[in-house]
Amino acid sequence: MTRKQRRLTMIGGSLAVLAVAAALVLNAMRDSIVFFSTPSMAAEKQIPAGKRFRLGGLVQPGSLVRGENLVVNFSVADGGTTLPVSYKGILPDLFREGQGVVAEGALDASGTFRADTVLAKHDETYMPKEVADALKKQGHWKDDYGAKPAQGAAK
Amino acid sequence: MIAEAGHYALVLALGLALIQSVVPIVGARRGDVALMEMARSTALAQLLFVGASFTLLTALHVTSDFSVVNVFENSHSAKPLIYKITGVWGNHEGSMLLWVSILALFGALVAAFGNNLPASLRAHVLAVQAWVAGAFYLFILLTSNPFARIAQPPIEGRDLNPILQDIGLAVHPPMLYLGYVGFSISFSFAVAALIEGRIDAAWARWVRPWTLVAWIFLTLGIAMGSYWAYYELGWGGWWFWDPVENASLMPWLAGTALLHSALVMEKRDALKVWTILLSILTFSLSLLGTFLVRSGVLTSVHAFATDPARGVFILLILCVFIGGSLALFALRAPQLKQGGLFAPISREGALVLNNLFLTTACATVFVGTLYPLGLEVLTSDKISVGAPFFNLTFAPLFVPLLVAVPFGPQLAWKRGDLLAAAQRLTAAGVAALLAIALLLAWMRGGPVLAPLAIGLAAWVIAGALTDIAERTGLFRIPVSVSLRRARGLPRAAWGTMFAHAGLGVALIGIVCETTWNSEYIATMQPNQVARVAGYELKLEGLTQRQGPNYRETLAQFAVSLDGQPLSAMTPSKRSFATRGMSTTEAALLTRGASQLYVSLGDASTDGGIAVRIYHKPLVLLIWWGPVLMAFGGMLSLSDRRLRVGAPKPARAIRKLQAAE
Repeated sequence: MTRKQRRLTMIGGSLAVLAVAAALVLNAMRDSIVFFSTPSMAAEKQIPAGKRFRLGGLVQPGSLVRGENLVVNFSVADGGTTLPVSYKGILPDLFREGQGVVAEGALDASGTFRADTVLAKHDETYMPKEVADALKKQGHWKDDYGAKPAQGAAK
Repeated sequence: MIAEAGHYALVLALGLALIQSVVPIVGARRGDVALMEMARSTALAQLLFVGASFTLLTALHVTSDFSVVNVFENSHSAKPLIYKITGVWGNHEGSMLLWVSILALFGALVAAFGNNLPASLRAHVLAVQAWVAGAFYLFILLTSNPFARIAQPPIEGRDLNPILQDIGLAVHPPMLYLGYVGFSISFSFAVAALIEGRIDAAWARWVRPWTLVAWIFLTLGIAMGSYWAYYELGWGGWWFWDPVENASLMPWLAGTALLHSALVMEKRDALKVWTILLSILTFSLSLLGTFLVRSGVLTSVHAFATDPARGVFILLILCVFIGGSLALFALRAPQLKQGGLFAPISREGALVLNNLFLTTACATVFVGTLYPLGLEVLTSDKISVGAPFFNLTFAPLFVPLLVAVPFGPQLAWKRGDLLAAAQRLTAAGVAALLAIALLLAWMRGGPVLAPLAIGLAAWVIAGALTDIAERTGLFRIPVSVSLRRARGLPRAAWGTMFAHAGLGVALIGIVCETTWNSEYIATMQPNQVARVAGYELKLEGLTQRQGPNYRETLAQFAVSLDGQPLSAMTPSKRSFATRGMSTTEAALLTRGASQLYVSLGDASTDGGIAVRIYHKPLVLLIWWGPVLMAFGGMLSLSDRRLRVGAPKPARAIRKLQAAE
């Protein structure tokens, strides 16, 4: 093999791997990416039942109902609309009424959001960035929500 | 007074860094040895002052001086001493101070033990190191001063985030930073080589041990962080593809590639330009990681403080250093002479393949981590890229890499024989196929992917063992001769074996944990029994206890297997009054490499409590693998080959041993 051929083999091989990687990334982008919505945005966009998305907002005070077998129901509000959420499992340590929450799942036929994951990634005064941004945009932001910046969790 | 002294020491360190940024380079230009040598004194003095600054901040935390904002916000007088100390870096300002302390430490190590380096290279390396240090001192002093005072000192502090009140905080961040920041040395060497326009095999021999040190710490740091998340967050997950985790994985992938390409450069004087580029990229990814974590641009479990001034400042540092070094690379790289031809099928070729897959995998992680940020900036759509994305991109790229791993050490330098290598690996191949067949027969109708993945892991491990067996002539010559040969093998060969086998071990753990994990999630009443994977866990009762700065609810479980009592497990839930937060303390029962995992949820009104019980088969292998890899790295580091051939051998050996 000449020097040129060797170089071409290497460049060809590298391009092939990069092409495969690009194809994998584009394919994964199509199937496994989840969008974020607040209840108002969800109502506006008319997200079809069964389509997965992340729902963010505040847990409506007084809406939390614990059922049998770790089933919990609560509503998520963003000042405009509320959306009922149903979840089975243990809620995170930081889950509270009146606090920010992000849930991942899909709407069912009756319009209830079936969550399979509930995240309350914040401390008592902080709320998820997505929720804060959405609330600010809709003019429901109260300054005391962000009174103290969150102290970090390294892990 | 202590706080002011700490602040002042940091300002002095900045001054020293500024001098060290300029004077040695002027010295190198003029050939003035005295000016070049100055870098060594300033580097050592920097360590002294930054070290003093860090010690003083620690003293403030230990004595609970709440007139300092940083202590007030992150400490509490009732907090146990160990967390008062670890709390120093459990917050933004303190952890940045730890970052620069480690940077100063590495700079001082080069200054102290770099005797056999050419004077001008050493001067340039230390100057580049000072540029980085100077930028970060400025960042701390201008945007994140840990020594700021409060006008009206409060009596009590706000306490450290309870999740961080764990021994993990004592180990994980320092380890991770030793890794992140350790790559600054190979970066400085690369930039120095570009400035000088000269690079040779001695350069690679110098860079490799430093890269190896950084890589070992980063490997252990990531594994430690993963184990911490596993037992602390209460639901048994050990890797979340969280942007902050990805931020540490990216430099690890690039650093692993760098280790292998530096090997080619050292042995064969080839891949020079690529190695330089990788050195720059690896540290750039470390800087990117620092930016992602410290600027608060991410929404993640690591919900760090959000302050735009900080974000913009780090972004500026990022742009200047990455842009500057890449521009320098573009300008100077064509001047570097290429050497060492090799055929595609050869040890070099295999290492190029390794680099290709590692950097491509790193690129997919990069895309998955930064795409949501880019999309939000451009279209204000918010998306989340989670595990499914990485399973579909990262995993398929790692499979061919793992298949190729055993071939690498079997191929000769320059021109290898793939067929002969395959013949030597027959036994490993048979072992892998046997593992697959046995598992398929045993599982019958179970998942197919898991046995295949375990077969791949068996292939990697058996391949690593084959290399040693081949080198010692095991089973072909008398065992006693083989043993003697094994003792005579270079430590680097053993290092390779352990590091590669560690990869396989970790893979087995990952596959077993994700495939055969069994769980039980329910509300349990006292005296109720839960059955998980053959174990019976009886909830005997709930008790309350007062800790130093929390109250906790403990649940007593009696565990038995096949009616035989085994052990007791007491998971708990702690609530911290100061912050109004609670944490879950999982109970772990280790059986071999498997674990039984119990964590608590909320108590229900009728006296029951929500529990999560998991049985995680072979889960510990996930972390034993990286430990094996790091052990392999340490063996390589102690290899005498890394030390011979330096200009002043005897002296160099002594010095390097001390450095390591």
